Amino acid sequence: MIPMNMVTPPPELAAITALQSKLVSALRPILPEHALLWEPEDTIPYECDGLAAYRRMPLAVALPETEEQVAQILKICFAMQVPIVPRGSGTGLSGGAMPISQGLVLSLAKLKKIINIDPFTRTAVVQPGVRNLAISEAVAHLGLYYAPDPSSQIACSIGGNVNENSGGVHCLKYGLTLHNVLKVRGILMNGEIVEFGSLAPDSPGLDLLAIVMGSEGMLAVVTEVTVKLVAKPKLARVIMASFDDIEKGADAVAAIIAAGIIPAGLEMMDKATTRAVEEFVHAGYDLEAETILLCESDGTPEEVAEEIERMTKVLEQAGASGIQISQNEAERLKFWSGRKNAFPAAGRLAADYYCMDGTIPRRNIGTLLRRIQGMEKKYGLACLNVFHAGDGNMHPLILFNGADQEEWHRAEEFGTEILEACVELDGTITGEHGVGIEKINSMCIQFGEGERESFWGVKSAFDPERLLNPDKAIPTLNRCAEYGRMRISGGNLPHPELERF
Amino acid sequence: MSATSNASIDLFQEQILAAVKNKTPLSIEGGGTKSWYGNANSYAKLDTRTYSGILEYQPEELVITACAGTPLKEIEAALADKNQVLAFEPPHFGERATFGGAIAAGLAGPGRISAGNLRDFVLGARILDGKGQDLSFGGKVMKNVAGYDVSRLLPGSMGTLSLLLEASVKVLPRPAATASLRCNITQARALQLLNEWAGQPLPLSASCWIGSSIGGNGELTIRLAGAAAAIKAAIPIMGAAVNASELDPQVASKFWAALREQQLAVFSNLNSDETLYRLALPAACGTLAFQNVNGDIALEWHGQQRWIKAPGDDATFTSIKALASAHGGHATRFKQGSNVDSGTQRFTLLSEQVHSTALEAVQTRLRTAFDPAGIFATSRLP
Repeated sequence: MIPMNMVTPPPELAAITALQSKLVSALRPILPEHALLWEPEDTIPYECDGLAAYRRMPLAVALPETEEQVAQILKICFAMQVPIVPRGSGTGLSGGAMPISQGLVLSLAKLKKIINIDPFTRTAVVQPGVRNLAISEAVAHLGLYYAPDPSSQIACSIGGNVNENSGGVHCLKYGLTLHNVLKVRGILMNGEIVEFGSLAPDSPGLDLLAIVMGSEGMLAVVTEVTVKLVAKPKLARVIMASFDDIEKGADAVAAIIAAGIIPAGLEMMDKATTRAVEEFVHAGYDLEAETILLCESDGTPEEVAEEIERMTKVLEQAGASGIQISQNEAERLKFWSGRKNAFPAAGRLAADYYCMDGTIPRRNIGTLLRRIQGMEKKYGLACLNVFHAGDGNMHPLILFNGADQEEWHRAEEFGTEILEACVELDGTITGEHGVGIEKINSMCIQFGEGERESFWGVKSAFDPERLLNPDKAIPTLNRCAEYGRMRISGGNLPHPELERF
Repeated sequence: MSATSNASIDLFQEQILAAVKNKTPLSIEGGGTKSWYGNANSYAKLDTRTYSGILEYQPEELVITACAGTPLKEIEAALADKNQVLAFEPPHFGERATFGGAIAAGLAGPGRISAGNLRDFVLGARILDGKGQDLSFGGKVMKNVAGYDVSRLLPGSMGTLSLLLEASVKVLPRPAATASLRCNITQARALQLLNEWAGQPLPLSASCWIGSSIGGNGELTIRLAGAAAAIKAAIPIMGAAVNASELDPQVASKFWAALREQQLAVFSNLNSDETLYRLALPAACGTLAFQNVNGDIALEWHGQQRWIKAPGDDATFTSIKALASAHGGHATRFKQGSNVDSGTQRFTLLSEQVHSTALEAVQTRLRTAFDPAGIFATSRLP
């Protein structure tokens, strides 16, 4: 989708080539031939993750097949002081797996065995490269499933989910990855094997599992994950409610929660999105509505009937201009199809789209949407708004043409302004996609120097040499100082050091 | 924030800086209701109760933000007023329990098995670190992956990492309906059934089995919570399996509160030379054989949390730790009788766990990062 550019050789090419051959000869004895890539034509698929706008070529890519190989790779790189960028399925949207020029990309994709499924204790032990959806598929015959369901669940890996603390459309009721993982086995940068958490409800000492969750591959390399499985609800039904005013829709979200209901899913789409997806999926959406809410109930048939009735009443009182309730599973999936296809639909409207991930308190949803409308005019770019309304997690999709450098620059500034608005409205710059390389400058806005210094303290506690994915998520003091100056002068690209398309 | 609250933060900062200067650790304390929990120390106290009050609570946001010194009962009353609850049901262990104390202790009550642990509910925290720096982590929203999740490192840290000033926690609506069932069955049968039920779409929210550790029937009480229709449908299914009777709602609510507060007979009457041991175990752990157990034992969280009263000496703790560890769990000297040596190590150490030795160094470096002078290093939690 986004055009690739030629990689221009940096000045220190000779030094890089020397390091590359040193690294490759060190890794060759411990890896099968096909598990180590260093020729540009082999490593180019790894130059970026799901955020294709940021790309860089690594020294080499290792694709270990066993935990033992992972440990050996880490020990070798530790001894050589070569930084490592761990990578799962490469579906991340914040550039968290973007390579480091003088580093190794460590792909965990080949560690994809489901090691054990235990229906009695409702747990599954899986390797990091197992796809999110593959877990639910493997346990479906037991009436169980793995609850977190990020939109990329067909492709994203559980190791990546742990590192991003991924959510999904059902996390308001069923929680994030953090709430659904009992234990993580991993390897520290020095090659030591460790276990965070346990199958017991808690572990001795500080709760290190909590801090490893969502740590963007910077604290340890995940080699095994024990997930919680939950009973599959017998039934799910969804209400599709239209509103002729965005604020009314936002208020309806608050009213549902205030009524003591935790829907299994509570999603919102604005008019621009509805129109874009309707053309794509023909779900029968109300094209006149300013906003559409999808509100799902799951559980036993009795429970669902009771909850649907309560939800309908609240939505009517909140001023819904139209209400449809799915009458069967096919219809439920049809109602959801538009929401699930919002990203590809955006892809049809413009050459490229830039997906934001800010989260704000629910009460500020209306305010943020109004501000985004203003920004559309300011930057001369259209924006589709789809979001996990239940937990205030917004995914504005900024439409632009990546072939036009200036337009991409505007899209980035548009995105940055949305994130700044999220922080100002008591929210956060990222709800579930992670900071990665993309939002690293916005971290300077959300956190002060003291907090950022503490983050580096946490980083160094696990990885004193700062070799694991060191250029992601946590900005250095220098970077923030630089960013502050740049904002004042009002010029420059957010990441002048990176290759651009 | 009011002017007085800022004044108390200033005072905390002064205390911290003085402690750094004098190299004298501070023992952080709220209402002191859990002062018996964790390793003993005689360091000077830092009383958090001068910084008290609910800062922000909007029921439709499902979040409450309050100062650490706020009485826990004040928080729960404010939530009850809006028909919401702390779903992890933190034990108070006394009238003066504070919000900050509950978070630092990290303990959860009967609802933990279905709702999740206390740390699952923590969304953000404001702290003073060991240099007196005023820092905020996390936030007030459900989903937040900006920076490391430092606020979730605080639950259960027992004040050994930093001084908690404020916390934001997720709250939930009170379940639309609840019902409790009771029956007499063996421990093995209870463990089997509870795990089977937990794997089905049933509204099982809590469980407690109390009986002898050497066999025979004990009393199993279960709590169902959720939509009224779901509970109505579940009662015949679950009740019929074990010939259970439904408890009177008032009796039931008193029972679960007494369980949470450890006021049931199985917890009380601790002899002076005995210790109440807590075992945290995987769901797969079946019936365990204990030696020298006094009276009945209690199983909560479908058997994942077990309580026994036994002699408080080191040899007994060592054998209990070994038993828990052999099953993939760990043990704690939760509460000690008056004649048991107060200087004992109450916890299982990281070095005693599989694949945890390397984590000792990580933990030490983490503590140093937040507290370079070691003024929160009271050894309360090893």
